[in-house]
Amino acid sequence: MPDLSGFEHQLLLGLWMTIRLALTALAIGLVLGLAGAAAMAAPVAPLRWLARAYTTIIRGIPELLVVLLIYFGSSVLLMRLARPLGYTGYIELSPFVAGAVALALTFGGYASEVFRGAFQAVPVGQAEAAQALGMGRIAIFFRIVLPQAWRIALPGLGNLFLVLMKDTALVSVIGLEEIMRKAQFATGATKEPFTFYLAAAVLYLGLTIVSMSLLAWMERRANRGMPRARAS
Amino acid sequence: MSSVSIAKTSRESVPANVGGDAVLAVEDIHKRFGETEVLRGISLTAQTGDVIAILGSSGSGKSTFLRCLNFLESPSAGRIHLHGEEIRTRPDREGSLRPASHGQLTRLRARVGMVFQQFNLWPHMTVLANLIEAPRRVHGMGKAEATEKAEALLEKVGLADRRDYYPAHLSGGQQQRAAIARTLAMDPEVILFDEPTSALDPELVGEVLGVMASLAEEGRTMLIVTHEMGFARDVSTRTLFLHEGRVEEEGAPEALFSNPQSDRLRKFLSRHLT
Ligand SMILES: Nc1ncnc2c1ncn2[C@@H]1O[C@H](COP(=O)(O)OP(=O)(O)OP(=O)(O)O)[C@@H](O)[C@H]1O
Ligand SMILES: [Mg+2]
Repeated sequence: MPDLSGFEHQLLLGLWMTIRLALTALAIGLVLGLAGAAAMAAPVAPLRWLARAYTTIIRGIPELLVVLLIYFGSSVLLMRLARPLGYTGYIELSPFVAGAVALALTFGGYASEVFRGAFQAVPVGQAEAAQALGMGRIAIFFRIVLPQAWRIALPGLGNLFLVLMKDTALVSVIGLEEIMRKAQFATGATKEPFTFYLAAAVLYLGLTIVSMSLLAWMERRANRGMPRARAS
Repeated sequence: MSSVSIAKTSRESVPANVGGDAVLAVEDIHKRFGETEVLRGISLTAQTGDVIAILGSSGSGKSTFLRCLNFLESPSAGRIHLHGEEIRTRPDREGSLRPASHGQLTRLRARVGMVFQQFNLWPHMTVLANLIEAPRRVHGMGKAEATEKAEALLEKVGLADRRDYYPAHLSGGQQQRAAIARTLAMDPEVILFDEPTSALDPELVGEVLGVMASLAEEGRTMLIVTHEMGFARDVSTRTLFLHEGRVEEEGAPEALFSNPQSDRLRKFLSRHLT
């Protein structure tokens, strides 16, 4: 083990924070993605425009700016909203919440497209067979359509998650003590930037490798019964 | 066309308790898609044990008609009765008739089964899971009971040893037999078949028609859209010929096939009987 001058523990805390941030953003992002896909397919035109605007904005703004805008923007917005209620103090989202929301918004914007394509790829006959048997909408969605769309969406979502995980580093700019921030502290204290940035790189790479194997396992599971998964 | 010749069975074995009342009565169904009227008033009554073959060239409205019966398509006008109970509807903004009661629609669909040209088995579930899904969700049947029943049905369609297979690992004929078993698992009173053998390789058609013939023999009530003329002639109790959304000719299969009245049916038969 290389000499990390006693900062191992700090880096591991940073790693844990990065994992929590990534998973929180993923959970919110998946919900946003599903909502976005539903809105894109909605019979109501304004909903479709809203979804279009959302994905366009997300695609058009650098991730770093999204983080900063959410962090400082939410503060301004919350104080505006609180003033009529008689509260005039300073309010801000914690860096964790702001970071998770920013990452989730980005993930959700791209995931909307992934989900939309996946739902379109499920043949209508699949839901019709269930309807013809008397199954209700909710059962049809969760039992018939979603599992099939999920299988199609999984590789795309997996890639988005790998990107999301690396983008967690951006949240260090608003002070969240994840891997990157911890590495900066250690660098400041020891004046050994290469050592600690390399350590951070190794941690991110490790996270990516673990995620990739998890994703591969999930894809194998989701592909059970599919023609090309016959070998397993 | 496949060469199944199933002798018409006598229908005396039909359960007598239903006393000749109509299982399904359809009155004057119309359907328009935008400007084009695809169904122009089709009526039909099916008694218990009736096997009604529906013939017609492509685009004549056969699928649309079947799909209106379980509201996969909303008819523009007309009435549907199941065992004398009228399915209540109300027009939507486009003027199509939507079922007025969700509960009644569910009951209708649970009692009227449908078999599709493309099977539409759920590929992410095993054959057994395909069969027990709807009985469990719709009838709230327990897993053990549903499984037992599914196994008996798979036995009946000759797929007992395939219960744990995924659909993609079955031949087309096996998939369609599994789809028929899935429909039977709901104990439907009427089964609608929309060209059940049209997507199959010719050598697999016979096994599916065989299962359908045995259902007819049991006295099941069935509406069958098909291009299998031999099957329609031998197994149906009544045959309808649709043309441009109307019943052009209707009658006993013997009469219809040997002595068609309309020019159109004559032409149609000469094209399809080889
Ligand atoms: N959803 C739809 N929107 C618009 N037109 C439709 C729709 N579904 C069917 N049609 C039209 O209605 C007519 C009847 O179609 P239908 O599928 O009922 O015919 P069919 O008799 O089943 O033909 P085939 O033998 O080819 O299956 C066709 O002209 C078809 O193009
Ligand atoms: Mg058709």
